[in-house]
Amino acid sequence: MSHSPTRRSRVTPARLGLYALLLSSAAFFLLPLYVMLATSLKPMEEIRLGQLFTLPLHVTIEPWIQAWASACTGLECRGIQVGFWNSVKIVVPSTIASIFFGALNGYALSFWRVRWAGRLFGVLMFGAFVPYQVMMYPLVRALASVNLFGTLTGIVLIHTVFGMPVMTLLFRNYYAGVPSELFKAARIDGGGFWRIFFQLMLPMSLPIIAVAVIMQMTNIWNDFLLGLVFAGRENLPMTVQLNNVINTTTGERLYNVNMAATVLTSLLPLAVYLISGRWFVRGITAGAVKG
Amino acid sequence: MSNVIIDKLDIQLSGVDIISQLDLDVRSGEFLVLLGPSGCGKSTLLHSIAGLIDVHGGRLEIDGKDVTWADPKDRGIGMVFQSYALYPTMTVEKNLSFGPRVAGVPKAEIARRVERAATMLQLTELLQRKPAQLSGGQRQRVAIGRALVREAAVFLFDEPLSNLDAKLRAELRRELKQLHKQLGATMIYVTHDQVEAMTLASRIAVMKDGKIQQIDTPATVYSRPVNMFVAGFLGAPSMNFVEGRIERVDGGMHFVAPTLHVDVSAYPFVNAPQHHLPAVLGVRPEHIALSPQSGPHAGSATISLVEPMGSNQIVWLGGEGMSLAVEADAQFAPMLDRRIDFAIDAAQVSLFDLPSRQRL
Repeated sequence: MSHSPTRRSRVTPARLGLYALLLSSAAFFLLPLYVMLATSLKPMEEIRLGQLFTLPLHVTIEPWIQAWASACTGLECRGIQVGFWNSVKIVVPSTIASIFFGALNGYALSFWRVRWAGRLFGVLMFGAFVPYQVMMYPLVRALASVNLFGTLTGIVLIHTVFGMPVMTLLFRNYYAGVPSELFKAARIDGGGFWRIFFQLMLPMSLPIIAVAVIMQMTNIWNDFLLGLVFAGRENLPMTVQLNNVINTTTGERLYNVNMAATVLTSLLPLAVYLISGRWFVRGITAGAVKG
Repeated sequence: MSNVIIDKLDIQLSGVDIISQLDLDVRSGEFLVLLGPSGCGKSTLLHSIAGLIDVHGGRLEIDGKDVTWADPKDRGIGMVFQSYALYPTMTVEKNLSFGPRVAGVPKAEIARRVERAATMLQLTELLQRKPAQLSGGQRQRVAIGRALVREAAVFLFDEPLSNLDAKLRAELRRELKQLHKQLGATMIYVTHDQVEAMTLASRIAVMKDGKIQQIDTPATVYSRPVNMFVAGFLGAPSMNFVEGRIERVDGGMHFVAPTLHVDVSAYPFVNAPQHHLPAVLGVRPEHIALSPQSGPHAGSATISLVEPMGSNQIVWLGGEGMSLAVEADAQFAPMLDRRIDFAIDAAQVSLFDLPSRQRL
């Protein structure tokens, strides 16, 4: 085209209204974060003045160091770092295991003529809608009977099982978009169940694996209840430790340390979203657009 | 080279009979085309030969071995799909070598086979590319190459050219024919395109409703269709049908319709027809001559429409409840809405029984 139509003026009353709304809602949701960051950088003397919204006059990172390394969680005073490493130890294997089994389930349900496949999937989906508090006590008993209650393996197993319905759904829907002729061609080429899964389907699943990693990492990292009940004293995740930091007071409440600990705890999900938000959207929409 | 024998095959899909009691012998080295409209069961039949659909009854034999319940990989087949079905994360080379790698063929042998297939299909330059970087025609070549590399005894094609544009389709059609000549392998080819069927096949099996209507050489299926379905399915524009009666006149046989009249005394009737038998005359557009100089006229009609095709033209004759397509020379200058005489080559017509639609 040689002549593009004259560009419409960008500043219209409707536009201004729209931006005003977007900016004010962004400010509203960012306000707590601002308060947290500002408070965490203030020494206690400034906090005692009670001015929540002022910027810190004397910026200090002392509360952050204290939160990380020496804040008290009950009787122990080794900071929230213990919880951080516990959470890593829980999140990494749980994420890998739940995605692996979810992909495997989705693959088997989509391509192999499994007997009662529809009903199996229905039961699995039903599992996704049952509030897990209902299963808590039976699960505690079950894990205790095989000596896994209060162990790292136990909590990883619990997260893997609870992640299964959603992961299976995610991968089954993704594989439903893969042409069945591809699977048939691989069958004729002699591929068996595992070979087709590992050499063909998994490499094709990278976009949906990215989505699954984001979902599972944030979900498991943010979990409180399962970690509290099943992880045991030694493996309490960061969320539970954070709660302990905040509830442990010896004299004055250290708001700056609490705030720093809170930001530290939410740092990983925040980073995951900021870094991979683009992939997340792409992965979610990948199914809708033909490749 | 190997033959395929299908014996009383039954296939049900979710409780519905798709194919029942189907017999088919595919000769060694033959190019058999399964032709039919969509939903006629031709793809289902092909997939059952490949072992991708379980049969419900009957027997399937490839190269003298009963493979009714064999795994797809153990049937000695290679298959090419309409959607190419290339492995998207693998290069062309890996796509080609996947089958032999799974089968544990030695590396040197795999390399030899891949190179041979790549040379035959002009893929040598493309070996390191991913499928997404190939055009449709190249993708389908890779898919064919994948069957080649398996050194299959029987090649199965499931509408392999349907996703390509017209020009590429014609090109790849020729390449396939060349390939068949070169390899001499048995090929079974499913299509709904009658041009592909006519040009490629040693024999065509025309299917409808899960049954083979007729199986014969392309020439025979085209010139002596066993029923009106086969007659109408092959040829473009399709065969003209005119309803009328067969009358005995002075010891001869005549087909008489309100608008035309053909002497069919020389027609090779299967059974001698009764007098006044209601019948359908089938005549192909190329067997009708316009304003004939000599010989008997079959009738006359008005020119209603002309479709120029370049090398020839299709002249549509209308009037009195009938419509005839006539193939005419490009030089012929038809006058629209003018009445014109036409003659029918009686040696080339087909006659069908009206109620049963079977060939007389």
